[in-house]
Amino acid sequence: MAYDSFNILTSTAVPLPIENVDTDQIIPARFLKATERKGFGDNLFRDWRYNPDNTPKADFVLNDPTYTGKILVGGKNFGSGSSREHAAWAIYDYGFRCVISSFFADIFRNNCLNIGVLPVQVSAAFLEKIFDAVYADPTTELEVNLPEQTVTILSTGEKESFNITSYKKSNMMNGFDDIDYLLNIKSDIQEFAKTLPL
Amino acid sequence: MGKTLFDKVWDTHVVHRIEGGPDVLFIDRHLIHEVTSPVAFRGLKSRGARVLYPERTFATADHNTPTINQDKPVADPLSANQLRALEENTAEYGIRHWGLGHHRNGIVHVIGPENGITQPGATIVCGDSHTSTHGAFGAIAFGIGTSEVEMVLSTQCILQPKPKKMRITVNGTLSPGVLPKDVALYIISQLTTSGATGYFVEYAGSVFEQMSMEGRMTVCNMSIEMGARGGMVAPDQTTFDYIKGREFSPKGEDWDKAMVYWETLKSDDDAQFDKELTFDGSKIEPMITYGTNPGMGIGITSDIPDAEHVEEAKATFDKSLGYMGFNEGETMVGKKIDYVFVGSCTNGRIEDFRAFASLVKGKQKADDVTVWLVPGSHVVERQIREEGILDILTEAGFTLRQPGCSACLAMNDDKIPAGKYAVSTSNRNFEGRQGPGARTLLASPLVAAAAAVTGKVTDPRTLTQQ
Ligand code: SF4
Repeated sequence: MAYDSFNILTSTAVPLPIENVDTDQIIPARFLKATERKGFGDNLFRDWRYNPDNTPKADFVLNDPTYTGKILVGGKNFGSGSSREHAAWAIYDYGFRCVISSFFADIFRNNCLNIGVLPVQVSAAFLEKIFDAVYADPTTELEVNLPEQTVTILSTGEKESFNITSYKKSNMMNGFDDIDYLLNIKSDIQEFAKTLPL
Repeated sequence: MGKTLFDKVWDTHVVHRIEGGPDVLFIDRHLIHEVTSPVAFRGLKSRGARVLYPERTFATADHNTPTINQDKPVADPLSANQLRALEENTAEYGIRHWGLGHHRNGIVHVIGPENGITQPGATIVCGDSHTSTHGAFGAIAFGIGTSEVEMVLSTQCILQPKPKKMRITVNGTLSPGVLPKDVALYIISQLTTSGATGYFVEYAGSVFEQMSMEGRMTVCNMSIEMGARGGMVAPDQTTFDYIKGREFSPKGEDWDKAMVYWETLKSDDDAQFDKELTFDGSKIEPMITYGTNPGMGIGITSDIPDAEHVEEAKATFDKSLGYMGFNEGETMVGKKIDYVFVGSCTNGRIEDFRAFASLVKGKQKADDVTVWLVPGSHVVERQIREEGILDILTEAGFTLRQPGCSACLAMNDDKIPAGKYAVSTSNRNFEGRQGPGARTLLASPLVAAAAAVTGKVTDPRTLTQQ
């Protein structure tokens, strides 16, 4: 089992209403020098979170004790840019299990699904509602229900459904990863390889 | 119904379709480097898996390598550790490794094509988003995460939902001084950084038909910057001429056999795309970016737009301009530049250095600009010397560094200092991409050359080329 299984997550949320948050912001390249998957959460949003002298920037949301929780809510086009899976690791390692946005970059979405962070894409209007609810009351809880494929703002009862393929859904619910699946069909792959034109 | 080029290559590589899920896609060629592979090898080890087809994976050291004194030990212990891990892992699993100092070493997306590893109709992946570069040959090539690197090592497959298809046609002829990089920045400025998310792009039209392989690589490279999984160009005689005779290109009968397959690699006339866009190439100017994503580009003589005229929300736009120290409505031409970076897998090939040299020839480097010229590979470096380009550069006051990713992602010491302005031929102007606080203006090698000799943002068309 590659990561903890995901079913229903009920948590407060951390709002980050910025668009086009790229993976260089999520984890800058100079923190990619490790050869083990360890400690990336410390450098999540490093340059937004800390000054050059390593003192925390008071106005960045991760440094604001008002907002906590396992759900990160980001602006449109979250996770663009570099394919570094380290970005997803940093998010997971920091303690988030779910990122909500109105739009995700493709590679980032795949990376999240591969390591047990659930990317939840909602409409722009619903994303606004989440931001409004969280800003109005930072103790507002969201319920992310993977079996039902819904996200609910518990204080208002407003709900929206989201898409995920049935394959990835069952992987997430069971904590399985793709490699387990692929290793199981290895002999098919080897047979197939013989038929290729190149 | 006819098939697109993309469909043909994709469908040929589908091992299995998962009901309600992604396709199992066979990967012909896998490129790895020191940064995104060590955790994958660890995963492999902990599962007790082996590398299924070691001969299909190629390793190079590029992201985290110094660009001076490459013959000396790497000073940064963390970087040295990553390089060592790659060396040990590739040795353990029997994978070809062109490490630091090897005569074929260089940036992963430069060495693939120049050694004939990149071929039409192949599926190619690498743990780097600019793997889209290889699409220039009519390959399906895209960036993957580290979990996927482990998948490819252990099973030579990954699981991918089939993307939608977009065709971007650029007709007409490019004006003098307009390079493939400008075409890429122009298209991205029209589509925004997320305009092609979920799509795989085919580039078509006379501009691409007339473009060199180097140019096609530059444009395909930048596909990811508009969100696309990748971009591709149908192979033609230009492609075949480029591939022929390279180290890993098919030879003799294998070549003839390959050509039979390669000749089929074009979109059928009645093929359907999910989205089609057409642009007029003659309208494209030399481009430059003013903001913190590659979609924030304008013709070099245009003014920075107002918040009402951009796709970003005002807060995001203001944050971006604030970071850059620019204001709405300002002119880019004349802005003071501190650094110039020519290199990366976007513009670190021989043609880029030819373009740069063509403009600086007979001129002098501006005194107050630091210029880093970083060839994409040792092969490119050798070409620069052999073609006499180095002499032109030296005479104009420039020096050449050694190959690597360098200031494209600034993982090594090549960092633009905080607050400084750099005209860069690389692919990303994100906050801090070229060093914490660095301010990046993306542009072509010609615009970079114009900045290098004037110390300012300058329209290269106003400087006479020798
Ligand atoms: S030059 Fe830049 S984009 Fe290209 S492979 Fe290196 S880091 Fe990635």
